[in-house]
Amino acid sequence: MNRYLIGFAFILGIGLGGCSTAPIVKGDAPEEPAFTSERLLVEDVERPFIVNDPLEGFNRTMYRFNYHADRWVLMPAVRTYRFLLPQPVRTGVRNFFNNLFGIRTLANQLLQGRPVRAFQTTGRLAVNTTLGIAGLFDVATHAGMPYHREDFGQTLGVWGFGPGAYLVLPLFGPSSIRDGFGLAVDSAFQSWLDPLNFDDHPDRQYVYYPLMILDTRDKVAFQYFRTGSPFEYELVRKLILTVREIEVAK
Amino acid sequence: MRLLFTVLLLAASSALWGADYQFPINDPFLATVVGTPEPLRAQLPEKAKLKIRRLPRADWDMPEAMWFSERLEYSYRLQRGSAPLIFLVAGTGGFHNTGKNLPLLKAFYQAGFHVVGITSPTHTQFVVSASTTGVPGHLSKDAEDLYRVMQQITDAIGNKDRITGYNMAGYSLGATNAAFVAELDSRQKVFDFDRVLMINPPVSLYTSISKLDRLLQNIPGGMDNFGRFFAEVVQAITGAYKQSSTVEFSPDLVFEAFKDNPPTREELGALIGIAFRLASSGLIFTADLRTDFGFIKPSNVQLTRNSSLGEFGTLAVRVGFTDYYHEFFWPFYEPQYPDESRDSFVQLHSLYAIEDYLADADNVAVFHNRDDVILSRGEIDFFPEVFGDRATIFPNGGHLGNVEYAPVMARIVGYFK
Repeated sequence: MNRYLIGFAFILGIGLGGCSTAPIVKGDAPEEPAFTSERLLVEDVERPFIVNDPLEGFNRTMYRFNYHADRWVLMPAVRTYRFLLPQPVRTGVRNFFNNLFGIRTLANQLLQGRPVRAFQTTGRLAVNTTLGIAGLFDVATHAGMPYHREDFGQTLGVWGFGPGAYLVLPLFGPSSIRDGFGLAVDSAFQSWLDPLNFDDHPDRQYVYYPLMILDTRDKVAFQYFRTGSPFEYELVRKLILTVREIEVAK
Repeated sequence: MRLLFTVLLLAASSALWGADYQFPINDPFLATVVGTPEPLRAQLPEKAKLKIRRLPRADWDMPEAMWFSERLEYSYRLQRGSAPLIFLVAGTGGFHNTGKNLPLLKAFYQAGFHVVGITSPTHTQFVVSASTTGVPGHLSKDAEDLYRVMQQITDAIGNKDRITGYNMAGYSLGATNAAFVAELDSRQKVFDFDRVLMINPPVSLYTSISKLDRLLQNIPGGMDNFGRFFAEVVQAITGAYKQSSTVEFSPDLVFEAFKDNPPTREELGALIGIAFRLASSGLIFTADLRTDFGFIKPSNVQLTRNSSLGEFGTLAVRVGFTDYYHEFFWPFYEPQYPDESRDSFVQLHSLYAIEDYLADADNVAVFHNRDDVILSRGEIDFFPEVFGDRATIFPNGGHLGNVEYAPVMARIVGYFK
C-alpha cells in the first residue's frame, strides 16, 4: 500500500511540480506599494518565514490536494469511525498501533546507538504484547515505563543529515526530503519484517490499513486552512521543520 | 492601624465585587498571557458539541490566494425546547469556535441558552467573505456586516418559534463590535436585543492599537531584533505543539505556548504585542488582497492560489496596526469622508461615537478590568461615567485573563438570566 502511495506521489509530483509560484503582474512592472522590504527591512534581518523550499510549486499544490482529500474523504471517514466505534475500542486500536510501531522505534533506537531507550522500548513491547493482549491495552504506561517514538528520519538526523528541502507528502502532509525518505525506509522495513504475517494472511491487510489510516488521522487535530492566516503555508512549514529538529535533538 | 485599613479596604472591595472575587494574578501582563489557573476555572463540559455551518458565498470578487475563505463559517447549538438565544462575537482575529469563544459558548449553553458563535470582522475569513468594504476596523460598517450576518444565520438555523428572545455578548474588540450592533439594532429593531454584554472592550480602537504596537518595543534589543524574537516565539509555539493541539494563528496560540513557562515582565509585553501582530499581519494583508490598495502588495500584482507569500509575510509582521491606520485605513476611507480629518476620523471608531446611545441603553452592560493592558490611563473611567451601575469593574485580570475564572463566568452567565 505504501509503495503505491509513493508511486502516486511521484506521478502527481511530475504532473503538478511545474506549477509556478510567481504572481501575475498586470502591466509592465509592479506598482510601488506603501511598504516594501527594501524600505523597511535591513539586509541582515532574520526572516523566519523564508526557508529552503525549492519544491514550493509542487508543495503548495500538494498542500491543497491534501486539504481536499482531508475534507472530503479522510475527515468524513474519521467522523464515521468515531460514531461507529466507542471510545474504549478506539483507544484499543490506538494502543495496538502504538505498540506495533514500537518495533520501528526499537530498530531506530538501536541505529541511533541509544541502548537505554532501546531497552525501555523492548520492555514495553514485551509487556504490552503479552499482558496487554497483542497491544490492545497499554499496560506498560500504567506501570510507569516511558514511551518513545523514533523513526528513520530522526535516525538520519541523529547521524547528521539535515532535513533537506521541505516536502509536502500526499496524505501524510508536511515533511522534508529526509523524513519522506525515512518514512519509505520505515515502511519497507515493516513490510520486510511482516510482524502481522500478511504473507500467509493477506486479508488481514484489509483491516490493518484502513484502521491504521483512520487512527493516524483521528489523533491529529490539525486541519488544513483553519489557522486563519494567509501565511498558513509559510507558518506551518516553519512549525513542522522546527518540530522535527526538536524531535531529532531529543 | 494598618490592619484596620486593610480590613476596611477588603470590606469595601467585597461590597464592590462580591466576596467571591479573589483573582490571584496581580500582574496584568501575566494575567493576559496565562489566564485563569486551571483549578479556579468555571466547571464546563469537555465538549461543546457545536454544529458548524457556512453561509452562502457573497457575490463580490474574492482574492484567489484566499480561495479557502470564500464562505463565512459559524457555529451554533440549540436547546431542545424554547429558550433565549445569545450571539457571541469573537475578539481581534478570533474564529467563531476557538479561543475564548469556546468556554463562553459552553457556559451559555450549559445555562440553558441557544448559542451562536460569530467570527470577528477582523478574522481573515470574515474580511474575504462577509466584509462589504474589505477594510475592517470601521466600526459602523463592520456592525452593518455583523448585523446582516446574524440575520442570515438565524434564517439559516430556522426554528424561530423556539427562540424566545435575542441577546448578544462580545469580548475585546468583539465587545465594541457588539455595542455598535446594539446601537444599529436600537434603530432597526430586527432582534430587539433583551440584553447585551460587553467584556473588556477597547474604548478607542486607535488608542488600543497604538498601545499594542508599542508593546513590541519591549523586544529585547529593540525592533531590529524582531526577527530573532519572532523566531523564538515560533520555537516556543513549536515546543508546546502536540499532535492533539489545534493550530490557529491567533493571540491565544501564542499565550498557550508560554502559559506554563512565562518569560520576564518586559518580554511578556513584547509577547502580547507579537500575539496581536500575528493577527494584524493576516488581516492587513487580506484587506490589501481584497481591495488591491497597494499597502504591501503592489496594486497591479495578482496573487494566485500557488503564489509564494513568504516575502509578504515577512513584511506583514513588520508593519503594525498604526501603519495600517495611516497608510491604508484612513487613505482608503478619506474620499468618502470629506468632512473628517486623519485625527477626527479616529473618534468615529471609538465608543465615544455612540456615547449618547450607551448612556441610555438600559439593556447594555459592561464587565472590565481596572488593569486591562489595552486601555490607556484614565480610559477605564469612561465605563462608570457612561454606564453607571451597568458597569462592573474588577480590580485585576489584565486583558481577559479572568474571563474563565469561576466567579466571573458565573456573573457573565448570570447577567443574561
